[in-house]
Amino acid sequence: METVYQVMEALLPFDWMEFDYMKNALLAVLLITPLFGLVGTMVVNNRLSFFSDALGHSALTGIAIGVLLGIDNYLASMLGFALLFALGISMVLDSGASSADTVIGVFSSTGLALGVVLLSASGGFAKYSAYLVGDILTVQPEEILLLFLVLLAVLAVWVLLFNQLLLVSVNADLAASKGVRVKLLEKLFVVIVAVIVTISIKWVGVLIINSLLVLPAAAARNVARSMRGYHGISVLISMLSGVAGLILSYYLGTATGGTIVLLSAAAFFATFALSKLRAR
Amino acid sequence: MTDHCQCSVTVRDVCVKKGGELLLDHVSFTVRHGEVAALLGRNGAGKTTLLKALLGRIPYTGEISFHGPDGAAIAKPRIGYVPQNMSFDRSSPVTAADLLCARMGRRPVWLGHGKRRLEKAASLLAAVGAGPELLEKRLGSLSGGELQRVLLAFALAPQPDLLLLDEPVSAVDRKGAGVFYSLISAMRREHDMPVLLVSHDLAHVEDAATRAILLDRRVVCSGPAAEVMKSAALREAFGLPKGGA
Repeated sequence: METVYQVMEALLPFDWMEFDYMKNALLAVLLITPLFGLVGTMVVNNRLSFFSDALGHSALTGIAIGVLLGIDNYLASMLGFALLFALGISMVLDSGASSADTVIGVFSSTGLALGVVLLSASGGFAKYSAYLVGDILTVQPEEILLLFLVLLAVLAVWVLLFNQLLLVSVNADLAASKGVRVKLLEKLFVVIVAVIVTISIKWVGVLIINSLLVLPAAAARNVARSMRGYHGISVLISMLSGVAGLILSYYLGTATGGTIVLLSAAAFFATFALSKLRAR
Repeated sequence: MTDHCQCSVTVRDVCVKKGGELLLDHVSFTVRHGEVAALLGRNGAGKTTLLKALLGRIPYTGEISFHGPDGAAIAKPRIGYVPQNMSFDRSSPVTAADLLCARMGRRPVWLGHGKRRLEKAASLLAAVGAGPELLEKRLGSLSGGELQRVLLAFALAPQPDLLLLDEPVSAVDRKGAGVFYSLISAMRREHDMPVLLVSHDLAHVEDAATRAILLDRRVVCSGPAAEVMKSAALREAFGLPKGGA
């Protein structure tokens, strides 16, 4: 890790680079933001932004289960619960019992309320409130390695299975006619979203993680004219907002996650205005 | 394709139940190579349910089997499907080239298409009478007729074991519908694959279909299109006067 730090100091001779926590945060941002930019394209295409928001809310219950089980690292309990939660939503949606927004709304509020109740019962909710806004400056080198591995895994899925995911997002019957296993792909995608939301929540926070996933892709959709452009612009906006947000938050003394989200939101409104100008 | 070709799709005793209700009741028929079979019936007769069963999208009992030119069973049939008034996100930046290239090799379309794949996509469009200028257009910006041609090009590559057309001209004007059915007739002559066509437009069905199957949760009658068109059962299903079609 020391070698990486030395390279970073040589390439970026700025005062904010003096601190190891800033170097770690920058590495984490450079791994999380392309991941979110990439996966966000299909979250927006599949109209799953409310779903990923619900997943973020379920993290509190995951933490509470970890506390009850006496686990120090809440990642395992959060991940386990998020996967069950995601597949649970998916199964209820498949049954066609209610509309998607109703089903996701029910799961979302249940996940949040259960987390708050369990955490407040086991020693006070305030202790865990840091998870609401997150803090990317606390990221550790071993966690950066985990992020790197997740990025590689998602990239592999995006290379091998993206075309099938695209067909499912256009029209499930059309995809099925070409032999695509629609249900399996849908489940795989919700698992991917559950994993990246859960892994990043400690640093980004329950309240804004969904914005980080949705905003870059939503901004890219305003101006993209093909899937290639959509992905390129989404990843670019995500990475630029991430790096600029990290640096800005250092100088302004603001919460990093929130600053990044505000820059992504600015990108959304800028591309929205651009699309309206183009349409004239 | 020769006269000995045995390409076919056989539906045998297919039943679909949902919530205790029988949506399809022992439906059986066969569509052979070179045949365009029109699937007719009132709303709620089970046409869409049957299509979903053929696509493997819903569970069913009974058997649906596909056979190749030599009569051998095809385990994983290729189905070309042109959906009715396809519901999709019209603001999505998916282009016609993205859709057509998504089934050509493993390269993900978000990395671009490459010259060879774009040329192949253009030739697929040319085969259905559409120009290469459609490739760069987003699916949501295509007219009804353009979208149907793109979907037909998508359905025809690779050559399917069954071409499934679900109200394919529902979003197209009358002239466009006529052109589309002429294209289907030409495709049938050229490729000889079995074609199953769902349509409410009896005039076009009479022109394009060789056979007709009248469905009302079960097969009410089936046979040569001209005969079924004159049947009392069809006139009753479509609320036509008993004297003529």
